[in-house]
Amino acid sequence: MKVAGKSFDGWTSVALLLTAGYLFLVVWPLITVLISSVSSGGSFTLDGFATFFSSRLYYGTLINSLMVTVCVTILAFVIAFPLAYFMTMFRIPGSRTIQVLILASMMSPPFIGAYSWILLLGNNGLITRWLQGTFGISAPSIYGFAGILLVLTLQLVPLIFTYLMGAWRTIDVSLLEAAESMGVTGWRRAAKVITPLLLPTVLGGSLLVFVRAFADFGTPMLIGQGFRTIPVLIYSSFVGEVSIDSSFAAAVAVIVIAVTLAVFLIQKFIVDRRTFSMTAMRAIEPTRLTGWRGWLVYLYIYSFLTLALAPLLVVVVSSFRNTLYGQFVAGFSFNNYINAQRDITRYVTNTFSIGITALVVLVVIAVLVSYLTVRRKNALTGALDTMTMVPYVVPGLIIGIALITAFSQPPLVLTGTFAIMVLALAIRRLPYTVRSTTALMYQFSPSIEEAAVSLGASKFRTLMQVIVPALAPGILAGAVLSWVTIITELSTTLFLYNTSTQTLSLGIYAQVIRGQQGTAAALSTILLVLTMLSLALLMRIGGNREIRV
Amino acid sequence: MTRIALQSLRKEYAGQVAIPDLNLEIEDGEFFTLLGPSGCGKTTLLRMIAGFNSIEAGTISFDGTVINDRPASERNIGMVFQNYALFPQMSAAKNVGFGLQTRKVPRADAERRIEQALDSVRMAHLKDRLPGQMSGGQQQRVALARALVIEPALLLMDEPLSNLDAKLRVEMRDTIREAQRKAGITTVYVTHDQEEAMAVSDRIAVMNLGVVQQVGAPAEIYRRPANRFVAEFIGKTNLLARDLLRQDEKAMVALGTGTELDVTGLVTPTASGRIQVSVRPEAVRAASSGLRATIVDETFLGSHSQVRARLETGEIIEFLEFSRRSSLWEEGAEVFLEVDRDMLTFFDLETGASIMQGTSA
Repeated sequence: MKVAGKSFDGWTSVALLLTAGYLFLVVWPLITVLISSVSSGGSFTLDGFATFFSSRLYYGTLINSLMVTVCVTILAFVIAFPLAYFMTMFRIPGSRTIQVLILASMMSPPFIGAYSWILLLGNNGLITRWLQGTFGISAPSIYGFAGILLVLTLQLVPLIFTYLMGAWRTIDVSLLEAAESMGVTGWRRAAKVITPLLLPTVLGGSLLVFVRAFADFGTPMLIGQGFRTIPVLIYSSFVGEVSIDSSFAAAVAVIVIAVTLAVFLIQKFIVDRRTFSMTAMRAIEPTRLTGWRGWLVYLYIYSFLTLALAPLLVVVVSSFRNTLYGQFVAGFSFNNYINAQRDITRYVTNTFSIGITALVVLVVIAVLVSYLTVRRKNALTGALDTMTMVPYVVPGLIIGIALITAFSQPPLVLTGTFAIMVLALAIRRLPYTVRSTTALMYQFSPSIEEAAVSLGASKFRTLMQVIVPALAPGILAGAVLSWVTIITELSTTLFLYNTSTQTLSLGIYAQVIRGQQGTAAALSTILLVLTMLSLALLMRIGGNREIRV
Repeated sequence: MTRIALQSLRKEYAGQVAIPDLNLEIEDGEFFTLLGPSGCGKTTLLRMIAGFNSIEAGTISFDGTVINDRPASERNIGMVFQNYALFPQMSAAKNVGFGLQTRKVPRADAERRIEQALDSVRMAHLKDRLPGQMSGGQQQRVALARALVIEPALLLMDEPLSNLDAKLRVEMRDTIREAQRKAGITTVYVTHDQEEAMAVSDRIAVMNLGVVQQVGAPAEIYRRPANRFVAEFIGKTNLLARDLLRQDEKAMVALGTGTELDVTGLVTPTASGRIQVSVRPEAVRAASSGLRATIVDETFLGSHSQVRARLETGEIIEFLEFSRRSSLWEEGAEVFLEVDRDMLTFFDLETGASIMQGTSA
């Protein structure tokens, strides 16, 4: 006699439903992009790719992007490693606050970073004018390669830093003591013992930085000017679609996905062969630093913090300056907020309604997918798990293009709707949320679930009354992080919004482009405050939990 | 109260046979233990009874009703897990109340039963604690109360004590035994610890490689092991390979020069040839005559010493020394060992099966 057992139950239907939905709403749109990259007027063509590689104007953007990305990744690591090393090994005054501030700078909207540097070093920037007025010399320009490098590096150092701090916490102090007992100390120990242990994490963090920097659209759009990166090319070619062959933007998109995918696979190949698991019985105890070395270390940490956070402060202060025709003039007031009152209300309302809806959809799907992949391992759930990772290697801009291409025609027309905004934001964030929820699910002992079942609970009841409440703190912390990235998301929704679905981040972008400096600063301030409040909430519910993005 | 019958049970994992063909009967109200080394199939079997593992062939019946197709949630089973498996977000009282809630027991009644259950494991004073705020022993008490409060047809315990430290283990096994006796619930208990099994069980099934080696009361299994595996797994023993000789109507075994034992009444009438003699450490003591041996070492353990000596044949024999000598034996000291004939068991050297009279596997 055979017992059906786990092979077919309600969960199989859930898995099927999720897979079908995912195929239709995510995979199909991306395939549409792939198809349109190799077809024109219904026939097969490689013209899009040919155009791209024929002109330096086009393929140059790929070189530019790779240059920026590689430099940012290396620079971010070089800056972050000492930062994490000092914070772990030495007792730094205000260590907890520093970590919170670094997190804050990481979570602040990337394009606000770019915008704030325009306020400081732009053509009409504070420092530019001060240097001009006082010394009669011209300030280094923020526009172009160097500016992008500066802004993205400052943005992404905290990301690697957070990864490194997490990894460091898993290193048992006995490993360091063992090295010391064999006479390996100081920098030699850092190089020979610590670095190899951190390598998988470093590679994982580097990949994330690479993907972010490569796909970032806001920064190069605002301060790139003549220096065009590939996301900017995608944007302009898609917007100017009338003048260029429609398959061109799609072809560029496919090239971008191919590059990201290649980097992802290489990283996976390296990391998979090096992973080892560690748990620290005794974490590293920081020691006090004295003398000039101490001062140097403090100087390093506090300089970085200043550089990362001061620009944000500039934005906040600027939002209270008077403006005339969008430009800042002398005097302070609340006028920027009062004049833009109607827009502000609309943006904030949209941000909350769209953001929260996307968040709910996201969390529900993530919980279901992670439950299925952890507890119902089979071919279908494995495929589902892999599929949810797809948006990880697809830049937001391309997700936007894919959705608009697929859903601007029957069977499903979604362009300009609330739904497409929710969909885009949920898809964009899904890989991260599924990852973090899956990690939580793995820590959850299967016997707890079996205990519930043996006590007579149904599968659904077990999920709702036992598993979800038990994982709630972790899920909630993940949700707040997702919320922050959702409200600061720009590129994914750039092609999808209209005035009735415009969010704060889209509003800021529009105002900066329109030259409305005052309104942009006011909106940025509101978004920053919202971000900081969310992070404060995260600290409260997350406690000392390790935070991963 | 429930009688359980397992008939021709078979379990496979991805083509690998874990349990080929297993038959067991567990009496109503009995404390029944599945004992064996890790990987012997005992937990697999327990999970089949619980409904968490599929059954490839055979039947499981409760009171004569086959329950193969009944889902785990409807088998009315109380289960206690090795890692406690308390719901981390619920207090002790909420954990205990969970099964009552799914059974839609009226609130007032439920509260009274929760109180009683927690009281029976002496945890009433911690009913509002979360699992994270309790020690391992306390958590396992709550888990036991949670399993018992639903008045299950069957109580299943999967190595419930192996995460606890030695002292707590002894204390906790008394609690388990006491609670089970009071409730009179048929219990299946899984452990790899033979001492624990002997302390709590009415009957024990010793398992190896998915096959039941012997079923019996603890004393029976210890004194009359059905085969060499059981003899070695339960307690310690010295195995000596010897010849069983038939002289006239007598069966004789020579343990050493001049120590021939008459074992006529002990072994089966047909047994002869190469055999193994199982000598428990407590069956041997130093005397003025007997087997000649030299001391290898002596380990002082407080109440007694554990001594290893080399026989003339070169075999090492281990025995216990309870005398209150002020000094230990030196290595190489000459001693004579006396062996208690009635505490010996005999196995066929080749098959390992018992050749004792009146022992059934």
